[in-house]
Amino acid sequence: MRRARIVLLAGAAIAVLASAYAASLVVSRGPVAGSGGLVSSTGTAAIGGPFSMIDDRGERVTEADLTGKPSVIFFGFTYCPDVCPTTLFELTALMERLGSSADDVNFVMVSVDPERDTPEILHEYVKAFDQRFRGFTGTQEEVDRITEAYKVQVERVETEQSYTMNHTASVYLMDSDNRFFGTISYHEDQNAALAKLERLAGA
Amino acid sequence: MRILHAASLAAALLTAGSALAHDYRAGSVEIDHPWSRATPPNANVGGGYLTLRNDGEEPDRLIGGSSPAAERVEIHTMEMEGDVMRMRQLPDGVEIPAGGTAELAPGGMHLMLIGLAAPLVEGERVPLTLEFEKAGSVEVELAIDAIGAGGAADAHSGH
Repeated sequence: MRRARIVLLAGAAIAVLASAYAASLVVSRGPVAGSGGLVSSTGTAAIGGPFSMIDDRGERVTEADLTGKPSVIFFGFTYCPDVCPTTLFELTALMERLGSSADDVNFVMVSVDPERDTPEILHEYVKAFDQRFRGFTGTQEEVDRITEAYKVQVERVETEQSYTMNHTASVYLMDSDNRFFGTISYHEDQNAALAKLERLAGA
Repeated sequence: MRILHAASLAAALLTAGSALAHDYRAGSVEIDHPWSRATPPNANVGGGYLTLRNDGEEPDRLIGGSSPAAERVEIHTMEMEGDVMRMRQLPDGVEIPAGGTAELAPGGMHLMLIGLAAPLVEGERVPLTLEFEKAGSVEVELAIDAIGAGGAADAHSGH
């Protein structure tokens, strides 16, 4: 247990450093964030990469399953009272506004809490928002691999009787070749978010 | 304890006056509109939000709570650090300054209902006992709003 925690802490520290590095490279934030600031010329940005996980139907899924359609990827967990359900709800509202072009986009929630998020739990959770959502989970190593690839900060926080998870709340947009396209930040203006999704769907 | 609850519930009903007002009182603390969001099936946790106003001369402190709808109720806070959402428990609770207000709202301090017995359903009410350091315990009801209530995509902003 102690060793597992040390490994987790070390992993979290690496993730923090990696994301700080990634943020310095590609994430442009500031007063104009959300007013169209898609990152366009980062070359092959170091966000994204190979992964292998289990989807919410219990089947093996890799980055190849997303290729061919752009993807909207959110990292979260079902024991999350505020940010995760709110983000999924907002994405659902954006999917409705996107209309039929939303059918040509992958919408994925990746669990950062595989200990509690089984495929079955994720399945019911994401489908409560929209049938097109898919949930990915896996072993701790598989989750570590995808969060490292996407430069997502994940940090386990102990509470008196349990634990919770700190995590990057941004939604990742990937083009149909699985290349980084941009992000939608937490509570971004919904019209700006829609414009990004429209560009993504047409990309 | 049960008698105390019954008494405070009766007091709450009297001070609330009507179900629409949906506020309660414990000692010098007014508890305004406790609410939560509907939860997806299988969700193990729900939030709880409310505004506390202290019109007394002394500070008070919300130190905990309990509900038949959940295994336990904790007080947590959430904050955004850049793109990262950070949550932590507030083991000492929330201070309500004398003559001041403490707000538990989405994006900040909130109650955590952990180990939900059943999903929270929009339109229903969930009993909740709040424990204050000085004002003691008071029974309130969480009004369950829509699953996305209070967010950027929320059409109504009545909170």
